Amino acid sequence: MHFLVEPGFWSNQPVRTALLVGALSAIVSAVIGVFTILRSQSFAGHALTDVATTGGSGAFLFGLSPLLGFVGGGLLGAGAMDAIGVQRVRSRDLATGIVLGAATGLSALFLYLDATTTSTTGAVQQVLFGSIFTVDRSLLVPMVALSALVLVCVGTIYRPLLLSSVSPELARARTIPVRLVSLLFILALAVSVGLTAIVTGSILSTALLLGPAATALRLSRNLRGALILSVTLGVITTCLGILLAYDSSAWVSSGQGLPVSFFIVLVTFLGYLVAGVPALQRRVKGATVDAAPTGGCH
Amino acid sequence: MFSNFMVTTWESATIVALVAGVVGFFVVLRGVAFPAHAIPNGAFAGAAGANLIGINPLIGLGVFSLGAALGINGLGRRGRADAVTGLVLVMMLALGAAFLSQTTEYEPQIFSLLFGEVLGVSSSQIAPIAVMGLLCVVAVGVLYRPLMLTSIVPDIAAARGLRPQRIELAFLVVVALATTMTVPVVGALLMYSLMMGPPAAARSFTSRPGLAMGLSVAFSLLVVWSSIASAFQTNWPVGFFVGTFSAGLFGLGRLYAWWQRRFR
Amino acid sequence: MSNVVLSVTNVGVSFAGRQVLDDVSFEIRQGEFTGLIGSNGVGKTTLLRVILGAQRPSHGGVQFPIQDQATRNRPLGYVPQKVVLDPDVPMRARDLVALGLDGQRFGFCRRTKAQRAAVEQALRDVDAVDFADARVGTLSGGQQQRILIAHALISHPSLLLMDEPLANLDPKSVQEIVALLDRLSKEQGVAILLSAHEMNALLPVMDRIVYLTGGRAASGTTDEVVRSDVLTALYGHHVDVLKLHGRVLVVAEPGQDKSDIPDHANYTIS
Repeated sequence: MHFLVEPGFWSNQPVRTALLVGALSAIVSAVIGVFTILRSQSFAGHALTDVATTGGSGAFLFGLSPLLGFVGGGLLGAGAMDAIGVQRVRSRDLATGIVLGAATGLSALFLYLDATTTSTTGAVQQVLFGSIFTVDRSLLVPMVALSALVLVCVGTIYRPLLLSSVSPELARARTIPVRLVSLLFILALAVSVGLTAIVTGSILSTALLLGPAATALRLSRNLRGALILSVTLGVITTCLGILLAYDSSAWVSSGQGLPVSFFIVLVTFLGYLVAGVPALQRRVKGATVDAAPTGGCH
Repeated sequence: MFSNFMVTTWESATIVALVAGVVGFFVVLRGVAFPAHAIPNGAFAGAAGANLIGINPLIGLGVFSLGAALGINGLGRRGRADAVTGLVLVMMLALGAAFLSQTTEYEPQIFSLLFGEVLGVSSSQIAPIAVMGLLCVVAVGVLYRPLMLTSIVPDIAAARGLRPQRIELAFLVVVALATTMTVPVVGALLMYSLMMGPPAAARSFTSRPGLAMGLSVAFSLLVVWSSIASAFQTNWPVGFFVGTFSAGLFGLGRLYAWWQRRFR
Repeated sequence: MSNVVLSVTNVGVSFAGRQVLDDVSFEIRQGEFTGLIGSNGVGKTTLLRVILGAQRPSHGGVQFPIQDQATRNRPLGYVPQKVVLDPDVPMRARDLVALGLDGQRFGFCRRTKAQRAAVEQALRDVDAVDFADARVGTLSGGQQQRILIAHALISHPSLLLMDEPLANLDPKSVQEIVALLDRLSKEQGVAILLSAHEMNALLPVMDRIVYLTGGRAASGTTDEVVRSDVLTALYGHHVDVLKLHGRVLVVAEPGQDKSDIPDHANYTIS
């Protein structure tokens, strides 16, 4: 056990906080992520992370609470996307891209002003990449509360959300208010990624949103299975990533470990690739037995 | 602002705008907004990595952009393309973060990689930028008809002997090239706005494809020139202006289209 | 035959153990209008995909005796079943038709006067001049179909493939499109293979029919194929063919599985 877990891991306070916060982020992200991918809103999910980060830079600049900045920024961005957005995926992604571009530009301005008006350094690094090991403990309670709120919201609209994600026409036929459900979902998505962005940084926010969910959807046949698998994978990869990051400070010669985001993303990405192996095997087997569908245009 | 040493800035910005208008026309048409955002982020990681091992950042930029394009296209065929794009994106960013953690990188340099530095272009960089820009435009010209056909009616394109997947890959490679050349000027993140806003706005004003591309270039030039001028005056990052002006132009285009529908 | 445009020989396709097409053979000659009739799920689209080269058959093959020398592509025009067009796309109807000339070619292009004239002519042929300058994404279903037909025919292929073009049209539009296709076929000498699950609309114009069920096909003229004895052999159980007021009804016996009878006649006579 000693060679896997470097000494001091379990007794380290920041590590324990990181594990708790990471697991919580992973759970919320995993649930929202499954729906995000089903609704082909992966771009919106990622874009909202960046928009939330813009809010964070702004909060930094104006001395507001980071929670307000991240979550508030995310909500504004989600509102804008919903207002511009249309049904067709291409138009939606276009709207997302425009909002993202504007938000990124704003972020550039905030960071520039941060650098020139305040004396804190490392602002760019911190806001963009965050660090799960340096989480402000005062954020924990509001974070848990908001996460619970998000999960309750999704639980409440679960069935209408599922139906309208799979077929908006069918949903409308059953008098489900598709537009309202879409708005509620994207707001929940914004809050979710905003929260994870504060504590884990924007990279991990997107990774935890998409990675475990994509892997789970590859492996599972139904939605319930996908949700459970997604949450499980999310928690495992987060904890494993934290462990590896902690260990890495002992491995790397500079004495400064590799960022935890790197490890969690790496594990997530590899997990996704590995999950593709069974399907690959099926294709290879199928090609030799039957005439496998070739070409085509997808 | 038109002094001698700003000339290279104006020159390089013009080239960037030309490429953005041409390539962006198809980025919008093909709905590859997410890959177009993800590839520059890959570029950023490459620059950080190149810096770490002490070679020219442009090489790192190029290699990682290309890698991102190939990864997105290759993995996207098998699974959900947009989720895969997101995963490739974060993998690149995480690598970038890892590279940065191992150096004592000065902040302004990271900043300019991401957001652009209006005075950061030296005259020795103009030639490579121009060459790469020309390559991009020529590539789009050669691929023009297959790109159009596969974008609009992919089934028919396949029946005519084209391979939509190959065309998609070729286009993403062009996007990667366009990204590589623009990072010194407008930065990794904002080339993207240039490839989205102006072309999207152009569509609202005309239904003729050739004219739409021309308008796309014109709008792009407008955005870039006004952004540089504004950045020069206020000292604020040029990326800020590119992002907001692009979005504003897009809004104008939508407004015009709405007005047309209502009152014609 | 020197004027055979398409020759399908013993084509079979199986997916994951299921035999979708089994020993399908037929020929299409120059200028012939052939209906590929069969109910949904019976393999019409699969057969079309084999002809297009998008699906490799597990046995048998497809030949095009008249090869297009200019391009090495198959001399086919193709109109798919569903085309989704974004209303924002900056492309006019005439631009899409123009792409029918050379949309698959790489390299720079300038439209010559002759090419532009060809586009005008193609638009006139399908009565699409009125909406030639509208965005492709704003066209109605029927208008879109005309444009796609013009796009397919402008390069004068020897065979036009159409995948269920009549499925979502109202009866009047069905008549119009069928009449249009018949006229084009005679004017330009292009053979047409049109898949449908309802044969009555095509009876006045069809030269030959390929009747598909259970993966097997019977081909010939309507009189040769649409008969009780032929279809009974094809289905493997007894069916009656009734001709009433110029319409054809295929009827199965009470208690028989009717799921693969084209759905215009799904009732029993007791």
